[in-house]
Amino acid sequence: MDGTGFSVLTAIIFIPIIAGVVILFLDRKNRDLVRGIGITAASAVMALSLAVFLGYDNYVKADGGLISQQRALLESGAELSGARMFADALAFEQRIVWVESLGIAYHVGVDGVSAPMVLLTGMVAVAGVLISWNIQDRLREFMAFFMFLVAGVYGVFIAVDLFMLFFFYELAIFPMYLLIAGWGWVKLREYAAMKLTLYILVGSVFSLVGAVAMYFAAGDFFAGSGADIFQAALASGLLPADSQPFSWSITQLTLAAENGAFSIEILGIEGLSFARFWFPFMFMGFGVLAGVFPFHNWSPDGHVAAPTAVSMIHAGVLMKVGAFAALRAGVQLLPDGADTHLPWIVFLTLINVVYGALIAFRQRDFKYVIGFSSVSHMGLVSMGWATMNLTGMTGAGIQMFSHGAMTALFFGVVGMVYDRAHTRDIPSLGGFIKVMPWVGVAFVIGGLTSMGMPGLSGFIAEFPIFQGMWAASEQITLQLGSFQLSNYYSVMVVIAASGIVITAAYVLRVAGQVFFGEFDADRFHDVGNIDMSDRIVLIILGAPLIILGLYPPIMAPMIESGIVPLIALLGGG
Amino acid sequence: MEFGLWAQLPSVLPEVGLTALAIVVLFADLYGSAVTRRNVVYISAVGMALLALAPLIWLPDPALFENGTLLWGGMVNYDPLSQIFKVMLLLAGAVTCLMAAGDKGVGDKGEFYLIVIVATLGGVMMSSASDLILVFVALETLSIPLYMLASFRRGDSRSAESGMKYFLYGAFASAIMLFGFSLLYGFTGTTNLSGIAAALDGGGGDSLIGVMTALVMVVVGFGFKIGAVPFHFWTPDVYEGAPTPVTAFVSVSSKAASFALLLRFLTAAFPVELVIGGVIIQDFWVNLLIVVSIVSMTLGNVVALRQSNIKRLLAYSSIAQAGYTLIGVAALQGADDSLAVASVSFYMFMYIFTNLLVFGGVILFISATDTEAISDMAGLNRRSPWLALFITIGLLSLGGIPPAAGFFGKFFLFQAAVKANLVGLALIAVTNAIIALYYYLVVIKVMYVDVGPDDDKPIALPRAYAWSLGITALVVILLGTIAVTPIYDWATLGAAGL
Repeated sequence: MDGTGFSVLTAIIFIPIIAGVVILFLDRKNRDLVRGIGITAASAVMALSLAVFLGYDNYVKADGGLISQQRALLESGAELSGARMFADALAFEQRIVWVESLGIAYHVGVDGVSAPMVLLTGMVAVAGVLISWNIQDRLREFMAFFMFLVAGVYGVFIAVDLFMLFFFYELAIFPMYLLIAGWGWVKLREYAAMKLTLYILVGSVFSLVGAVAMYFAAGDFFAGSGADIFQAALASGLLPADSQPFSWSITQLTLAAENGAFSIEILGIEGLSFARFWFPFMFMGFGVLAGVFPFHNWSPDGHVAAPTAVSMIHAGVLMKVGAFAALRAGVQLLPDGADTHLPWIVFLTLINVVYGALIAFRQRDFKYVIGFSSVSHMGLVSMGWATMNLTGMTGAGIQMFSHGAMTALFFGVVGMVYDRAHTRDIPSLGGFIKVMPWVGVAFVIGGLTSMGMPGLSGFIAEFPIFQGMWAASEQITLQLGSFQLSNYYSVMVVIAASGIVITAAYVLRVAGQVFFGEFDADRFHDVGNIDMSDRIVLIILGAPLIILGLYPPIMAPMIESGIVPLIALLGGG
Repeated sequence: MEFGLWAQLPSVLPEVGLTALAIVVLFADLYGSAVTRRNVVYISAVGMALLALAPLIWLPDPALFENGTLLWGGMVNYDPLSQIFKVMLLLAGAVTCLMAAGDKGVGDKGEFYLIVIVATLGGVMMSSASDLILVFVALETLSIPLYMLASFRRGDSRSAESGMKYFLYGAFASAIMLFGFSLLYGFTGTTNLSGIAAALDGGGGDSLIGVMTALVMVVVGFGFKIGAVPFHFWTPDVYEGAPTPVTAFVSVSSKAASFALLLRFLTAAFPVELVIGGVIIQDFWVNLLIVVSIVSMTLGNVVALRQSNIKRLLAYSSIAQAGYTLIGVAALQGADDSLAVASVSFYMFMYIFTNLLVFGGVILFISATDTEAISDMAGLNRRSPWLALFITIGLLSLGGIPPAAGFFGKFFLFQAAVKANLVGLALIAVTNAIIALYYYLVVIKVMYVDVGPDDDKPIALPRAYAWSLGITALVVILLGTIAVTPIYDWATLGAAGL
């Protein structure tokens, strides 16, 4: 789908920004107006996000839509161009040249991987505003920063210009710092906020340097030996007519990647290509935010310290920003590097899955359990990327959505319990389902999703990842010097599956101790049921888990259509 | 070249205008009525702001480029690079005047504005000077008023100490630089920058040591002016002791003017093609600057981590900022240096507004509370939400977080470094940027999170002051968003003229 006119995505970015600025100018005592603008803006972007999702769904599935196009292309046996396929998959595009001399453009659009993420962000934004309804301390500033955070997160998902991706990525980090440091859990907030910010920024700036290097390598390529490829792309309309050889456009960088611009040897070391050198920087730089071991350490502390709304958006959406950017800027732009490095990175993701689950099992603090469970589940996403095949990567895409909604639901549940019980110590809670039936049911749904129960979205996500791992086992060989390891993915699947068992153990333990068992009516005499806005939160976040679980075609084909270009880039069929 | 006064006058219009403005301000303050004297601040600020428009309206006539851009007997280089620096220096002067207006003992004295105008005149001259004689005259026209400004609160021993230190270090640096100039003149027989390159080119190896010594001496002089390590020792003490509006002015004007001159000096007198006795001179100064840059960034940032006084923190931060900017100068190597020049110009442009914004906020905080300790900024968000927000925007820009201008500033510098194959330097710089972000965030955290004893005592933000801070903050945001393109393109144009 082409388009240079106004895109609904632009509205999605700017509505929260404008709302945030307006809120900042309001009288701070006028709490109703602050909340009113906040919820209006959040609802508006959620509605637009849903429209984008459904519109894209239609684009994918319609007769002659993306899926049938891709299928025809694959069957025709023609030579596949990942860049072409990526560009074709984009919809709702808008492009405005920003810094012409450097090839930076404001360019937004969604593909199959990002469209579900846009929906997810909208859901969590509304849930976040609702759950922060009764914040007492400086509600105005909280709401404004929350809006900026939402805008930044959206920006990363819809950026089709690598520079824009970085711009929004950094934009999201600062409001998050202030929200955690200013409104978080008093005991931990300063430490956790700073730790989280520094971890994430260290990762991102190293990938920024890598991105600049890619920009020059691609530009040199298109200005030199690849000039005819560049001209052909201009002529075919793959690149806009005003493109220059040096550009931050992800489509153009992808084109450079698949034509070998990043296979040049650097530093004079044999076998060390540009892509191989920079891939770890790009992938792990963003992987920090996805919680890839050993850079996951910020995540549990950050989640626990953050106020509920921020935990929700953080674990629910921001970690996906990391995984998404690692895919977009790492795997898609440096496929040669992915071939070399993902076979060992997969070990790190395995540690995530198993070790995260084990630690979650040992926690006494309710929120830490969820924090570590995020580390474990996000490991599955990275593991899905590492399969480098359609099944596994599609599963990872679904897992991003499924885990996002599920973990936001979890953090919502924890927040509701903590707000009323004033403790998160698991052994001292008990029987809460009697007074908070909605919350208890929501937790059980989330828990079942988390352990991959069929009929819920977790199963739809995790099963393909394991299946993809198994299928990849034959193809992937780890080569370290003369050392060779092959057919080890199948062993990893078995170990990773044990993570599911551990997940089941801790979910059941928490459910048993917090929601069932004896209710201490004396101690928790003032704990009551939740109000309407909290119920809406639970419905918004819980319903998709069931819908997606019962009817996977609502999302799976879309994500698959987003993965197909990547598979073409990675050299698969 | 035929001398046409009217054709050449636009090239020095800001200089002429500033001189006239200085005279007007002097007489208004001496003989004016009480009302006039009170309005000296606006005369100065508006005058400088109007003069800043002049280079925008009279953009260099392309016809002049055909015969080269050297005017006034080769003294003045009338090119886009000088224009962009002139504009930023004039705006810096104007904003400084507005911010000093309410400062007791500083802004209520008419001569303060006179001295700021004269210092700005020096900076403006520096940014277009292309002859050693004018370079030195301009440098002293800038420096001597700054020494006076630093000791402006005569009764305050800290201010007097600050002025004295600044003067001693500054005079020392000027002397070394002047000695370097005299060596250059001795080897080449000319004082014109491009003439120096022509005279040195193809020379034998016997002059190599002498030329390199001269080069090192000049770099030492510049290193002092921009506060780069190891010539930075004056910075913390001067910044801390001087009246805060003066600190703000010193931290931007002298730095920007010096970078303008450094760019011109290195590209004109020691260009890429200059080889003496088989040694490529550019490699020598590029390596020299790389070392200075790394040391400045690292030392500035690491020491800043330990500061408890906001002005000292900003002093060390500005040492680090000088280090970042030097990356752009070091990236001048190679045939196509337009990215490097543009990145330095853009960085200085945004740095001026950013630093003035931070200092503007700090000035108000200090004058309202009479304390400079960071810990006393606790709860500033509750005492004055707008003031806290303005300082935050400034600090974010210094830290390189979008949408503030610093993000693009740093990005352009790193990009120039990668382009010049200085990937290692870029990686060191980004690591430093993270260290720096830590202490900027700590200040923000103190303002927004910590609870202070005076939380319930609001700090009033005078209306005029709020406007000037607000506009500066807006400029910082615009420079990081929609105004990037025009300013960056302008800076690129400046690179083409070199």
